[in-house]
Amino acid sequence: MRYIIVLIVWAVGFAAQAQDWEDQQRFGPQTDQPPLRVLSSTDTDLFAPVVDSFLAASPGVSIEYLVTSTASLDRIFRAAPDQYDVVISSAMDLQLKLANDGFARRLDGLDHPDWAEWRNSLFAFTQEPAAIVVNRAAFEGAAIPQTRQDLIETLRADPDRFRGRLGTYDVRQSGLGYLFATQDARASETYWRLMEVMGGLQTRLYCCSGDMIDDLADGSIAVAYNVLGSYAVARDDISDRIHVILPSDFPTTMMRTALVSGSTTQPDLAEAFVAHLISTQSQGGENTPLPPLKSGEENAGKAIITLEPALMTYLDAQKRRVFLREWENAMIQSP
Amino acid sequence: MSDPLRVSGSLRNRLALILIGGAAILALFLVLLVRSYAAQIAQQGQDQVLGASVTSILDTAIIQDGQVEVDFPYSALSMLSTPSDDRVFHAIYQDDTLLSGYASLTRDATRAPALPAYATAEIMGTAVRRASASRTLIGADQRTTITVIVAQTQDALSGTLNRISRTVAGFGIGFFLLATALALWASSSTIGQLQRLTQSVTKRGPQDLRPFDKPVPTEMVPLVSSLNTLMGRLDQSLNRSEDFIAEAAHRVRTPLATVRSHAEAMLQRVGREENRATVRSMMRAIDESSRAAGQLLDHAMITFRADHLERDTFDLVELVQDLVVRLTPVAELKDVTVRLDGPEPVVISGDAILVQNAVRNILDNALKYAPGDSLVLVRVTNTPTPQVVVVDEGQGFPHAQIDTLADRFTRGDNAAGTIGSGLGLTIAQDVAEAHGGILDLSNRPEGGACVTLSF
Repeated sequence: MRYIIVLIVWAVGFAAQAQDWEDQQRFGPQTDQPPLRVLSSTDTDLFAPVVDSFLAASPGVSIEYLVTSTASLDRIFRAAPDQYDVVISSAMDLQLKLANDGFARRLDGLDHPDWAEWRNSLFAFTQEPAAIVVNRAAFEGAAIPQTRQDLIETLRADPDRFRGRLGTYDVRQSGLGYLFATQDARASETYWRLMEVMGGLQTRLYCCSGDMIDDLADGSIAVAYNVLGSYAVARDDISDRIHVILPSDFPTTMMRTALVSGSTTQPDLAEAFVAHLISTQSQGGENTPLPPLKSGEENAGKAIITLEPALMTYLDAQKRRVFLREWENAMIQSP
Repeated sequence: MSDPLRVSGSLRNRLALILIGGAAILALFLVLLVRSYAAQIAQQGQDQVLGASVTSILDTAIIQDGQVEVDFPYSALSMLSTPSDDRVFHAIYQDDTLLSGYASLTRDATRAPALPAYATAEIMGTAVRRASASRTLIGADQRTTITVIVAQTQDALSGTLNRISRTVAGFGIGFFLLATALALWASSSTIGQLQRLTQSVTKRGPQDLRPFDKPVPTEMVPLVSSLNTLMGRLDQSLNRSEDFIAEAAHRVRTPLATVRSHAEAMLQRVGREENRATVRSMMRAIDESSRAAGQLLDHAMITFRADHLERDTFDLVELVQDLVVRLTPVAELKDVTVRLDGPEPVVISGDAILVQNAVRNILDNALKYAPGDSLVLVRVTNTPTPQVVVVDEGQGFPHAQIDTLADRFTRGDNAAGTIGSGLGLTIAQDVAEAHGGILDLSNRPEGGACVTLSF
């Protein structure tokens, strides 16, 4: 029995070691001290400035930054919560479920506005709206749609122009895409109409915002729906080719969240890191490409996805099955 | 005057303690009661939300294409948001199979109520409140039971309870303080009646043995009426003893006076020298008896008056002057000069009759023991204390007896042949003590006794 356990532990450890990361970087000095392992869904170049400023203030500390998609991040972390110290993700629902399931450590020493934290264990540090991003060239001479309704009408008016040139998240793969889709569906039936129309035009499905923006920039697609606006805005190189629309009918705004693993081996360092992260971001997030967390007054009237247990609704197997069936029905249509 | 009474506790403290203790118990009881009631209500509130959540999930259960589908609304879990961000768990079972949610929320197989049932349970090491309900779905060719369980931690609830507890505890303490103030007021007002009675007893003059006629509370009626009875009896017995003293004085002195006048008459008639000597010695014996009776009565009177000392202010010099004048004829018989030295008035407060008696006894003694053609000096001064000093030129007090001479019926060894009962200095001493003073006996170095009566 003991050998089996040892074998399993070894196998799990090996699996963790052998993980295929989208990116894996080590910051700070090479020391004997184990690095603070940050598991994240945020691209390294967006996050590096925050890490650098933290390391500048804490000499002798090193950080290992591991990037993967939101869905696999959840899977990897649940399998080995003691391997990681800080978990950062844009999938609020998955993060909240981690906290709800007791994977997060309570950080009672941190002071954060009530709407931007949950149980003192999950802390929001950005707010980023889902955007419709269009290729300017594709809309040459045509009005750029401002709402989902406009977009539906534009697509219906000239279907041949957009056939095969639409993009959105594959909600089956992307945790963030699923979050945006479910929140949209919750807000309005317009979402389903849009999905029907997009499905009829052979929309391409993407795993990540980055790929979608790349395709948009080179003109492979004309419209990307529910892209992270921040990723598009951050791309200075293509800013003249694309246009970011924040739909004025119902904007869906997501908050990136951080939590400290409940079984972290470096609780103080992890807490200090999260404290640094949220204080940097609350102070306007200067010197970082990450969108800052705005104050409560600035957010008045904006639809930000609330950090509440209801986020777990669509993570329910029943709900997910029903939702994905509807989504596939609408989105994947044989031509 | 009397021994200090033995004290056993205090009525007022006991009363206050009982009232305060009662208030404390009452306050504690009230706090616990309100707290448990509040806990019950708060729990009911949480149960209602949990029940509504369960119902709203259960309501969406349908059978579609032979498969159970539960497309529950966002609000089902949204309604469970609390300010303390309580953790929420749910589970949906089809018969005994978990369809979705947390497997650790196990289905209670024995009960499948249609209306939500509530219980406190533990999930993942956390205490939760859970609600569960079931519904039977009937499809084309199947019949299945869907059970929904929703659980929630109780952080917000315990926060609310803590807040309520603090408020209730505040009320409890307030109530207790108020009750304590009332208890102190009640006990002191009750004891106030006793104190008023005590004051009216204390304020009374020594001769005032009238019954109390002021209204008293019912509970004190037995005490006051016993006191009245006791004082009545005391008054009666005092009157009787005063009567007895007067009666005795009358009965003893009058016959003695008669006998003496008869003896004097007989002395005139008797011619033979040995008979005359007999009659003279008889007369001396009569004088001695008469004086002894007088002094005994004086002593009895002094004992009585000293117990009920009545204080007036009077001038000691004037009093002594009066005595000196009265005794001058006696002194002249013996060729003794009595000189009073009292340059200024010495006003003291006391029983003038007693003081007069004392000084007269001292002066009597001085005259008795003073040799012929000598001087008895009486000095009345105010320094260091009001005092009367009587100095004679006699042989003084016997040294061995100077400390015991003032005892009752004690006479000096050198007093043989002088008329006396041994009560004179005792009377002076009793009077001095009744006034808080002392009687000091000494011999002068140049001869002669010195008696100092100081107040």
